[in-house]
Amino acid sequence: MGEIIEVKDLVKRYRKAKENAVDHISFDVGEGEFFAFLGPNGAGKTTTISILTTTLAKTSGEVRIAGYDLDRQASRVRQSIGVIFQNPSLDQNLTAEENLRFHCVLYGLYPFAPTYGLMREGYKRKVSQLSKVLGIENDLNKPIKSFSGGMKRKLEIIRSLMHNPKVLFLDEPTSGLDPASRKSLWEYLRQVREGERTTIFLTTHYLEEAEEADRVAIIDKGKIVSLGTPEQIKKKLIKSYLLIGSRETRKLESELNKLKTKYTKLNGKYRVDFARPAEVQKLVSKIKTSLNYLNIHNPTLEEAYLDIITKENNASH
Amino acid sequence: MRAINAIATIAYRDFMKFLRDRTRILATFIFPFLFIGILGGSLQSNLAEDAGYNFMAFIFTGVVGQVMFQSTAAGIISLIEDRKNDFSQELFVSPVSRYTIIFGKLVGESLVSLAQGIGVVIFGLVVGVPLTLAQFIQMSPAVVVSGLFGGAFGLLVLSNLSSERSANQIFPFVIFPQFFLAGVFSPIKNLPFVLDILSKLSPMRYAVDLVRGIYYLGAPEYEKTVLASPIVNIVVIGTLFAIFMVLGTVMFVRNERNR
Repeated sequence: MGEIIEVKDLVKRYRKAKENAVDHISFDVGEGEFFAFLGPNGAGKTTTISILTTTLAKTSGEVRIAGYDLDRQASRVRQSIGVIFQNPSLDQNLTAEENLRFHCVLYGLYPFAPTYGLMREGYKRKVSQLSKVLGIENDLNKPIKSFSGGMKRKLEIIRSLMHNPKVLFLDEPTSGLDPASRKSLWEYLRQVREGERTTIFLTTHYLEEAEEADRVAIIDKGKIVSLGTPEQIKKKLIKSYLLIGSRETRKLESELNKLKTKYTKLNGKYRVDFARPAEVQKLVSKIKTSLNYLNIHNPTLEEAYLDIITKENNASH
Repeated sequence: MRAINAIATIAYRDFMKFLRDRTRILATFIFPFLFIGILGGSLQSNLAEDAGYNFMAFIFTGVVGQVMFQSTAAGIISLIEDRKNDFSQELFVSPVSRYTIIFGKLVGESLVSLAQGIGVVIFGLVVGVPLTLAQFIQMSPAVVVSGLFGGAFGLLVLSNLSSERSANQIFPFVIFPQFFLAGVFSPIKNLPFVLDILSKLSPMRYAVDLVRGIYYLGAPEYEKTVLASPIVNIVVIGTLFAIFMVLGTVMFVRNERNR
C-alpha cells in the first residue's frame, strides 16, 4: 500500500498571528485508507485541510498528494482530489443537474453546453445513473433550494466523485445535519468506500465518526497529540482495568500481594490495570476471597480523547 | 480548450444565478426608478429651462454608465466574500487556473451588468427619455466597455482586500463617492480645484462620460453635458483597464493563498 498523502513538518502561521495554527505536523496516509483528523474547534483541522486542498499556502514543510508536490504541481493535485467543504458548496439557485454539469466541465470531463440536452451522451448516462443511486431522478431539474440538508450533502459527495479523485477530503461533513441524515450519510460513504476504494481524509469533532476510521490523528492547538488506529489510541491512552472489591478487604489485599499483582486502591476497591482480557480471567480465577464487586472498565475513544485534550490544556496553563 | 470551457461555465453560472434571483432583478429596477424617475423627473421640472438640457436624459446616461461599472465591479468583488460559500469554493479547488477564474468571472459579471443596463434603458424609454434606435446602437459598445472597465476596477479593489475583512463593508466607501465625483446625476462641468482633482481620479467618471459623450454626439447639448471627447475617454479607460487588470490579477493570485 503506497502513501497517497505525505506531510512532513507542516507549519502554518497566519499573517499577523502570534502562534502557529498548524505546528510542525507530520503524517502519511496510505492508499485506500480512511484517515480521520479529530480535534476540538480551532485545533487546526480546517487549516490543515485547506493547505492539503491547495486553497491556502503553507508557511513551511513538505506535502505530496498522489505523488504530486503541492507547490509545484498544484493543478495535478487538484485533479487528484475531491473536496467536501464545511459550508455547503452547491449553488442554491441552480438545479442539481446544473451543479453536477458545472463540476464536470471545470474538471475537463466534458465540453461546456448551456443545456442538459446538448451535453454528451456519456454525461447524461452518468448523471441518470447517479441520480438513481440517490433516488432523485425526478428532482434533477429542481433548484437545490428544495433539497433537504442530508440530500445536499450526498449530492456534493456524488459531485466530488465524478472525476474519480484518488483522495476525498471531507471537512466536518456532518455538521449541521440531524442525526438521521448523519447516519444515512455515513451509510452512503461506507458504500462509496467499498465500491471505489477511495482514500478518505476526514476532519471531525465527533468521536463516533472518528472511531470508524482506519487511523485517527488527534490534533489540538496545531499539534498532533496522538496518532494510530482507534484501538491503539485507546490502548495507549487509557488502560483498561479491573476493579474488584470484597467485604474481607485485608484478605483480598494479601491475596493480591501473594499473586504479585500490581494494584492501586480506589475508593476502598482494588484497581488492576491489564492489557489483554485473558489476563483478567487468569487473575480472577486465582482469587479465592469472595468478591462483592467486580467491574471491567473499557475506555471509549471519547474518554481517551477528553483525557488528551485536558492533559494538553493543563500542560499549557 | 479546457480554459475556454471553464470560462464559459463560470460566466454562464453567473448569468443564470442572476436570472433566477428575483430580488436582485427587482433591485436592478429600483435604482433607476429612484434616480431617473424621481430625481431626474423633479430636476427636469424645476431646473431644465435654466440648464438648457433635458435632465432626465442627463441622469439616464449617467445611470447607464454607473450601473454597468458598479454592477461588474461588485460582481468581481463578490468573488472574495463567497469564496467560503456556495460554488465558488469549488472553483478554487478545481484544476482551473486563477487567471481563468478571473477571466470567466469578468465575462459573466459583464453579461449580468449588460442585462441590468438593458433594464435601465427599458425603464428610461418608459419614463420618456428621448432615445433613438441609432443612439441605442451607438451606445452599445460604450456600455460594454463601461462594464469591463468596472470589472477591472473591482479586481483591483478585490486584490487589496484581505479575506477576513468583509468586502461588503469596504465597497460602498469605494463606490459611493464616485456617484457624485463622476457626475452620474449632477453636472460636474465646473468644479472647485480639489473636487476636480478627486473627480479626475474617479475611474467611474470616464465610463459615465463615455456613455454620455456617445449619447449626445452631434447634439446641441454636447458642449454643456460632456466633459471630454469619447476618444479621450477610450484612451484613458484603455490605459487604466490594462493597469488594473495586470496589477489586480498579479496581486490577487499572489494574495489569494497567502493568508
